[in-house]
Amino acid sequence: MESDSNKIIDSFTSGEYKFGFITDIETDMAPKGLNEDIIRFISAKKNEPEFMLEFRLKAYRHWLTMKMPEWANLKIPPIDFQDIIYYAAPKKKKVLASLDEVDPELLDTFSKLGISLDEQKKLSGVAVDAVMDSISVKTTFTDTLSKLGIIFCSFSEAVQKHPDLVKQYMGSVVPYTDNFFATLNSAVFTDGSFCFIPKGVRCPVELSTYFRINAANTGQFERTLIVAEEGAYVSYMEGCTAPQRDENQLHAAIVEIVALKDASVKYSTVQNWYPGNKNGVGGIFNFVTKRGICKGSNSKISWTQVETGSAITWKYPSCILLGDNSVGEFYSVAVTNNMQQADTGTKMQHLGKNTKSTIISKGISAGHGNNSYRGLVRIAKNAVNARNYSQCDSLLLGDKCGAHTFPYIQVENTSSIVEHEATTSKISEDQLFYCQQRGISMESAIGLIVNGYAKEVLKQLPMEFAVEAQKLLSISLEGSVG
Amino acid sequence: MLLSIKNLHASINGKEILKGINLEVNAGEVHAIMGPNGTGKSTLASVIAGREVFEVTEGEITYKDKNLLKLSIEDRAREGIFIGFQYPVEIPGVSITNFMRTAVNEIRKYKGLDPVPAVEFLKMMEENKRLVEIQSNLTNRSVNEGFSGGEKKKNEIFQMAMLEPVLAILDETDSGLDIDALRIVANGVNKLRTKENAFVVITHYQRLLDYIIPDFVHVLFEGRIVKSGSKELAFELEEKGYDWIKKEFE
Repeated sequence: MESDSNKIIDSFTSGEYKFGFITDIETDMAPKGLNEDIIRFISAKKNEPEFMLEFRLKAYRHWLTMKMPEWANLKIPPIDFQDIIYYAAPKKKKVLASLDEVDPELLDTFSKLGISLDEQKKLSGVAVDAVMDSISVKTTFTDTLSKLGIIFCSFSEAVQKHPDLVKQYMGSVVPYTDNFFATLNSAVFTDGSFCFIPKGVRCPVELSTYFRINAANTGQFERTLIVAEEGAYVSYMEGCTAPQRDENQLHAAIVEIVALKDASVKYSTVQNWYPGNKNGVGGIFNFVTKRGICKGSNSKISWTQVETGSAITWKYPSCILLGDNSVGEFYSVAVTNNMQQADTGTKMQHLGKNTKSTIISKGISAGHGNNSYRGLVRIAKNAVNARNYSQCDSLLLGDKCGAHTFPYIQVENTSSIVEHEATTSKISEDQLFYCQQRGISMESAIGLIVNGYAKEVLKQLPMEFAVEAQKLLSISLEGSVG
Repeated sequence: MLLSIKNLHASINGKEILKGINLEVNAGEVHAIMGPNGTGKSTLASVIAGREVFEVTEGEITYKDKNLLKLSIEDRAREGIFIGFQYPVEIPGVSITNFMRTAVNEIRKYKGLDPVPAVEFLKMMEENKRLVEIQSNLTNRSVNEGFSGGEKKKNEIFQMAMLEPVLAILDETDSGLDIDALRIVANGVNKLRTKENAFVVITHYQRLLDYIIPDFVHVLFEGRIVKSGSKELAFELEEKGYDWIKKEFE
């Protein structure tokens, strides 16, 4: 670990990370609450063009007419949207002098996971765009990428430098009227990532973003837009670590993906926001809208997610399969331990001919955790010869947790085939005994068995992410049986 | 004395299965435990392993001069106790390689050793695969998932070879094996025999004992060891069946 720590110090002292990961960053904050003035403040702070402010205001006015959705199988405590700070930007900060200045919790998280940003970057050729408190901190590898015509930058930077692209695609997959949380995000989003892969280009590195929540009471409203032009390919990784917090924090992100003809986008997430303590105090409320459109023929969008964190997860990465022969995939592992609740799944909208989708969902519940899979497979009338395969498995650890499956299937033609399989199982005492008899501790045995159960999903992750995800699964279930 | 069991009583859900077992095993010895179905042979193996569903109500087990009953399941394994299971359980998605690496390294950690280097581990795997004549790709498959009966038993012997136990208890490892598999399993055991380790072979049939020659044969009947002798006892049992034992002790 010593050398890892050194690497972290190096990465902070080398001047690459101007703002550093520390807790006492002077934050440039908006006052609490939400109104048109706050939105104008955010837009002005970010020096946005007029169309952005208009987009935000339209969204805000629409949001005022909306209500929190109540259909999810979640118990959501009331959220006071006027008690949230909607803008907090870290000011430029001096370069760190020693390890003492680095958030020890962050170091601890990194060492537990066995990774550092620097290590990750160096070892695997990953370009890292670290987002902290809504402002993009540093983008690397941009030079290499820009030679290929790839744009990978913060959303704010994209608004400044590529306003036409932003204007063209923003809101084209998730309109500002989409749902309560997406509409809120459209009004107040502060930053996120923007990724554009031009025609015929295969992005040579895995693009990666680290999001962290650092200031107490700050809602996080990230917005990510990925556009893959004709024949382009990109693999994008999103990962989250969050230090412990006492108060619930709202997180309402949007991810939009556009894949044109023959393009392929792979989006992988490891979500590890603070889940709250054992009694359910604290923890992040995670309401995310993720959607991709396979606009052109033969395009493909693949979502892979490993969800271990957050007190509440409300998330349905979806695909609109508009182009003929387009392919949508959803691979998910969702863990709920202690008092965590998750209502997650996907929507596959088959509109084009010969479109195909695959859904593999693995829910894991432990403690008092409550885990729901909610999915919609819709095959429109014109989507002839469409095909879907869904598999939803639930694994229960203990007898106080819950697993639920809500699959919705709508088929509007007769040439399509839809398959759905579901299982519910428990870790058997026989399996644990077998492992323990081989000298493996109970905790490691659970880690092994759970990782084995989730293998179909984990193997979809890029290699460097898979290792992290495996450790995360074991860590998040520590103390869940015994 | 490696293992000493004195007046061991054990029950499950209030029903007594073991009713006063006495058994002593020294390093370098092979013991065979025979007996009809449902007399407590597998229960004895489970109690030695520390399985919690069985409650020890009386008696003691001393292993390497320690009170075995105080140790956790995994610590017993780390101290060198290995059970070759009659019905090995499937663990979907976990490769044998990964399973074994975890086991080997947890045992090493217990002994204060560093994890085994990858190259050395793979060499161990290859050597032991040869020992039990298992196909190379078997270790990439999930533990016991979709294995034939013979493959499961060979996998147990393979794991035993990997973990180098001090006391190995093989619970009906011969059941369901054809003669070739039986020979392979027995060969594996014979090659692993040393002056420092001991084997307890639980079996129904004398057949296995043609290949693994025991120093002692015990007959377990209704929760007690009712007869002990040399390997000739096994032949006698084969010839006469268990009925004469039943008549004698019922």
